Amino acid sequence: MTDASLIGAVPPTLETLRISKGRRRREVLVRWTLLLAALVSVVVSALILWSLFREAWTFITGVVWAETWGQSGWFPRRGIYDIPTIVVPTVIVTAIAMVVAGPIGLGAAVYLSEYARAGVRAWVKPVLEILAGIPSVVLGFFALTWIAPNLVGRIGKPALLTVGLGVLGLYAAVAGFFAWSRLKRYRDGSSDSSALIGVVGAAALLAAMGVGYLFWLLSLLGDFAPARAGSLAAAGIGVGLLTIPLVASVSEDAMAAVPEHLREASAGLGARRMATATKVVVPAAISGIVAAFIVATSRAIGETMVVFMAGGAADAARFTDSPFEGGLTMTAAMASLASGTDSVVGEGLTFQSLYFVGLLLFVITLALNVVAARFVDRVREQY
Amino acid sequence: MTDITADTTVDAGAGATVGAAAGGAAAVGIGAAAAPPATAAPASPAVPAPDAAALGLAGAAEPAPDRHTVFCTRDLNVYYGQFRAVRDVTFDVCQHEITALIGPSGCGKTTVLRCYNRMNDLIDGARVTGTIEYHGLDLYDERVDAVEVRRRIGMVFQKPNPFPKSIYDNVAYGPRVAGQRKGLDEVVEGSLTKAALWDEVKDRLGDSAFGLSGGQQQRLCIARAIAVDPDVLLMDEPCSALDPIATARIEDLMQEIKREYTIVIVTHNMQQAARVSDMTAFFTAEIHSENDTRTGILVECDHTKTIFSNPSDERTENYVTGRFG
Ligand SMILES: Nc1ncnc2c1ncn2[C@@H]1O[C@H](COP(=O)(O)OP(=O)(O)OP(=O)(O)O)[C@@H](O)[C@H]1O
Ligand SMILES: [Mg+2]
Repeated sequence: MTDASLIGAVPPTLETLRISKGRRRREVLVRWTLLLAALVSVVVSALILWSLFREAWTFITGVVWAETWGQSGWFPRRGIYDIPTIVVPTVIVTAIAMVVAGPIGLGAAVYLSEYARAGVRAWVKPVLEILAGIPSVVLGFFALTWIAPNLVGRIGKPALLTVGLGVLGLYAAVAGFFAWSRLKRYRDGSSDSSALIGVVGAAALLAAMGVGYLFWLLSLLGDFAPARAGSLAAAGIGVGLLTIPLVASVSEDAMAAVPEHLREASAGLGARRMATATKVVVPAAISGIVAAFIVATSRAIGETMVVFMAGGAADAARFTDSPFEGGLTMTAAMASLASGTDSVVGEGLTFQSLYFVGLLLFVITLALNVVAARFVDRVREQY
Repeated sequence: MTDITADTTVDAGAGATVGAAAGGAAAVGIGAAAAPPATAAPASPAVPAPDAAALGLAGAAEPAPDRHTVFCTRDLNVYYGQFRAVRDVTFDVCQHEITALIGPSGCGKTTVLRCYNRMNDLIDGARVTGTIEYHGLDLYDERVDAVEVRRRIGMVFQKPNPFPKSIYDNVAYGPRVAGQRKGLDEVVEGSLTKAALWDEVKDRLGDSAFGLSGGQQQRLCIARAIAVDPDVLLMDEPCSALDPIATARIEDLMQEIKREYTIVIVTHNMQQAARVSDMTAFFTAEIHSENDTRTGILVECDHTKTIFSNPSDERTENYVTGRFG
């Protein structure tokens, strides 16, 4: 009956087609086991979030905001919680990390997917992935002992000013293009005057941000004491090195997934490799590339060990907005508070402040992902 | 008349300003076809007697005295790594003609076609020996820039492959990468008109090219290819994904544009080859029984009429009458 050659010849009866009891029971078992696995992850996430919210809420309602207001510093054991003191260094470290990891990572990805021969790619990519496996303690140590004295201490200021002005130029170009294209659309008559008010407002805001950034950059010219010990710049570069493989690997995957026939079409029209990469491959892979940047940014924001070791602030800090000084990032603040023998003794809300910072991190990362998702939906070129 | 033709040939031969020359050729194309044979002789001092070579090879069933050779292929061999895909291919492609490459699957038609705009350069391990002269200029000379070659020798692929961009940006892509910034609107309109697509898309140039039907997409790809004003169009089974109506439109289109361009087309469709082409090259694969590999060879290249009515090789006759392959 079960002989394969006979199956076709015998007309089917319910008996031959009936599912066995054991088989059905096994199917049900498999289904429920997998469901359980899915549920566990959902439930654990929910529990974590809930405890985060609960403790953070205790902190938010318990802390005397009026007292911390105007205090410039983060001294949780003394009850001084100034949020900009930990947010600004986080932004600085993340920005420096992305300035390092973005171009290098994307460049490596373009090289690997558009230029490298198969043989070269076969060994460069694994090497890159090994780089991703370097423990962050090692990089933190490297940042503290080499990047801080040699890179930041020696060429930190000119390098930062160069990159800073470059970023400003790029910003001005993008903002200018945005304003110009909107204005043109207005003049064409395809946009009405109420939209123009919004555009003027947005342009003013962009200009104000640019001017603020320029002032910040100029202020760095003055107070520069070459930090031989840790600094936010050293930590930022370290975190950047740590995230290069992430940017490179995820962007390369996205670019390698762009179908070959699009490259051939482009080459057939007389495009050089670089033109094909920038005009066809990158736009087609943009959702993956943006995803790579978002993941890397999240990683940089959440990176703890490197900033803890090389950031230049142990467990408390005064406010700083200079990358050449030591500062406390949100993650370093949490780590230092939760470590040590007296871990969370101190003023009444010291322990809860940890959760509050955690919640802040969570909200920032979430916002980043939401913005990115919307951006990707807009610019994606589907293939 | 004579002067312009002479300029065209010399420039192309020198490889200096072929783009401009191609434009010139296009402008005189219609006149040139009707020009008396005498113009050809003084016109080609830089090219070693291309006409004679072309005629000699083609077997000259219907001598067209003013034919000008665009591609002179001699002993072409293409290897993918150790594997020899085609062996000793020798034939000519003439200006303002449609040359069809036919033959069974795997005999190397695509491989040969892709040699003409150096597309095989993109494949790791692909290697070409023998010579291909383009207007008398060695295409594989180490001083030749493959990108410049591809600007003059456009390609239309088997599967429509528009970019994931708007219709306008698809057509404007070639001119843009060549550095053109002004007059793109005219180029887009002109190319879409030539490709018989303008009326269907003129109101939605900003829409994604993926919203077009397969036939429209293929015509868009043709428009995109002629937007850079090439000298030659290589078409690799351009109609194989299309229905008979869309196919007919593209065939009409080819007849229309061959006055300005030279076309080499690969097709599996015998009727199509018979309908549209002036010359037909029949390829087949020789099978090496010792290691079970196949190498493509050219059986013969002749006037299409001759190939389909009175071929000189038995294998050709068997193939075109459907007894083989
Ligand atoms: N990129 C490549 N790498 C290795 N071998 C290839 C490659 N492209 C083609 N070949 C081989 O070269 C031979 C000729 O292939 P080609 O695509 O030129 O044939 P074709 O005549 O165009 O066939 P078809 O009519 O099916 O399109 C085949 O044996 C094919 O396997
Ligand atoms: Mg083919």
